Amino acid sequence: MSGTTLFGLCAAALVGLGLYGLICQPGALRKILAFNLIGSGVFLLFGVIAQRGGGVLALAGTGRDGDPVPQALVITGLVVAFAATAIAVTLLVRLAETSARGTLEGDEPPPPAPSGERRP
Amino acid sequence: MTSALVVDTALVLLVLGLALWITAARAAYGAAVGFVAYGLLLTIVWVRLAAVDVAMTEAALGSGLTGLLLLGAAARLAPYEAAEYQRRPGLGLRVLVGVLCAALAAGLAAVVLLLPDPAPSQALAVAAHLPATGLGNPVTGVLMAYRAVDTLLESVVLVPALIGVWSLSTEMAWGGRPGFLTPWRSGSALPLLARVLPPFGILVGIHLVWAGADDPGGKFQGAAVLAAMWILVMVAGLREPPRVSDRLMRFLLVIGPLCFIGIGAAGIRLAGAFLAYPEAYAKPLILAIEVGLTISVTAVLGLLLAGPPAPEPQYQRQSRRRS
Repeated sequence: MSGTTLFGLCAAALVGLGLYGLICQPGALRKILAFNLIGSGVFLLFGVIAQRGGGVLALAGTGRDGDPVPQALVITGLVVAFAATAIAVTLLVRLAETSARGTLEGDEPPPPAPSGERRP
Repeated sequence: MTSALVVDTALVLLVLGLALWITAARAAYGAAVGFVAYGLLLTIVWVRLAAVDVAMTEAALGSGLTGLLLLGAAARLAPYEAAEYQRRPGLGLRVLVGVLCAALAAGLAAVVLLLPDPAPSQALAVAAHLPATGLGNPVTGVLMAYRAVDTLLESVVLVPALIGVWSLSTEMAWGGRPGFLTPWRSGSALPLLARVLPPFGILVGIHLVWAGADDPGGKFQGAAVLAAMWILVMVAGLREPPRVSDRLMRFLLVIGPLCFIGIGAAGIRLAGAFLAYPEAYAKPLILAIEVGLTISVTAVLGLLLAGPPAPEPQYQRQSRRRS
C-alpha cells in the first residue's frame, strides 16, 4: 500500500468520524467542529485524487507532481469553508446571547399572553 | 515497509487520534485546541501529497484563523455547555449512528481503493498551456486563468458572508466597531508580540503573494498571513477594529472583486471572452487582480473574525478595563 492510498483511507475515516460527531454531539459548536472534520476529510480525498492525477506528469518527465486543478479547487474550498464557519459561529454566539442557550433544541412555547392584552 | 511509509502511517495515526479527540472531548474548548493541532498535522499531510500551496492555506486558514474563531466561540459559550451535555442521545442511538457512519467510511475507503488506474488528470493540459499566462506556478495558473470563474465567485461570496456576519448585530450597535476581538488584559506579553511580529509577518505575506506567480504561495495564503497580523494587533488592543460604517474600509472590501470583474469584462472586448486575458498582457493583468484580491481578502478575513458590531458602551467598558 502506498502513502497516498493510506491518506485516502484516513480521509474516509475522517468523514465518518465527522458525521458521527455532527449527529451525536448535542452542542451546536461541537456540530460546527464536526462539520469542519467532514470538510477536511473531503478536501483530503480530493488531495489524494490530485496526487494520483499528477502521475502523468512524472511519466512525462516534468518535475512537479500533483494535478493542479483539484489543488486549486481545494484552496478555493478552504476559503469558503472558513467564511461559512465564521457565519455559523456568529449566528451561534448571537443565539446564545439572546436566548441563553448553545444548542439547536426547538423553542420552548412562548409564555401565554395576559388575557387583557390579546388582540381582537 | 519503507521509511516514508512508516512516517506516513505515524502521521495518519496522529491525525485520526486528534480527530477522535475533537469528536469525543468533554469540553468544546479542549476540542477547539485539538482542532488547531489537527490543522497543523494536516498541513504536513498536504506537503506529503505534493500540494504545498494547499498546505500553506491549511496552516494559515484551516488551522490558524478557523482555530482562533472556534477558540473564541468556545470561551464565550462555555457557560451553556453543562446543560447541553445532558441532552446527549442515548447509548443505543449512539451505537446505531456509529455503525452507520462506519459503513459510510468503509464505502468511501472502498472508493479510494478502487480508484481507476491510471488516474484521469488535467495536469498535462495545464502544463502545456501554462507558458501562455506567463506564470510558473500551475496552481496559480488554474486559479487565475483556467478556473478564473471559480475564483471570481469565491472572492465575491466572501462579501455577502461578511454582510451576513454584520447583519447579526443589534439595531443599536449598527455602525459601531466589531466586538468579538476584545482587547487582552494589560500586563501580558501580547502587546509586545503585536509590535515585534507584524513587520516580519507583513513581509512574509507580501512575499507569498509576489512569489505565488512562480512558486508555491498566492493571494489567499498571503492574505491569511496579513489578516493574522492585523488580528494580532486588534487582539492586543494596539488598534481598534474599524467601524462597519467606515467608507474607506467598505471600498477596500470590494476593490478586489471589482478589479476582477472589470478586467474580466474588458476581456470580452480585448480577448473575445469574459475573464480571458490578451496574451501579451496576461501576467500584468493577473498580478493586478492578485494585488486587488489580496487587499480585499485580507480585509474580509480580518473582519469575519472581528464579528458583528457591538454596542459602543460595551466596547468602551472593555477598553477601560484594559487600561
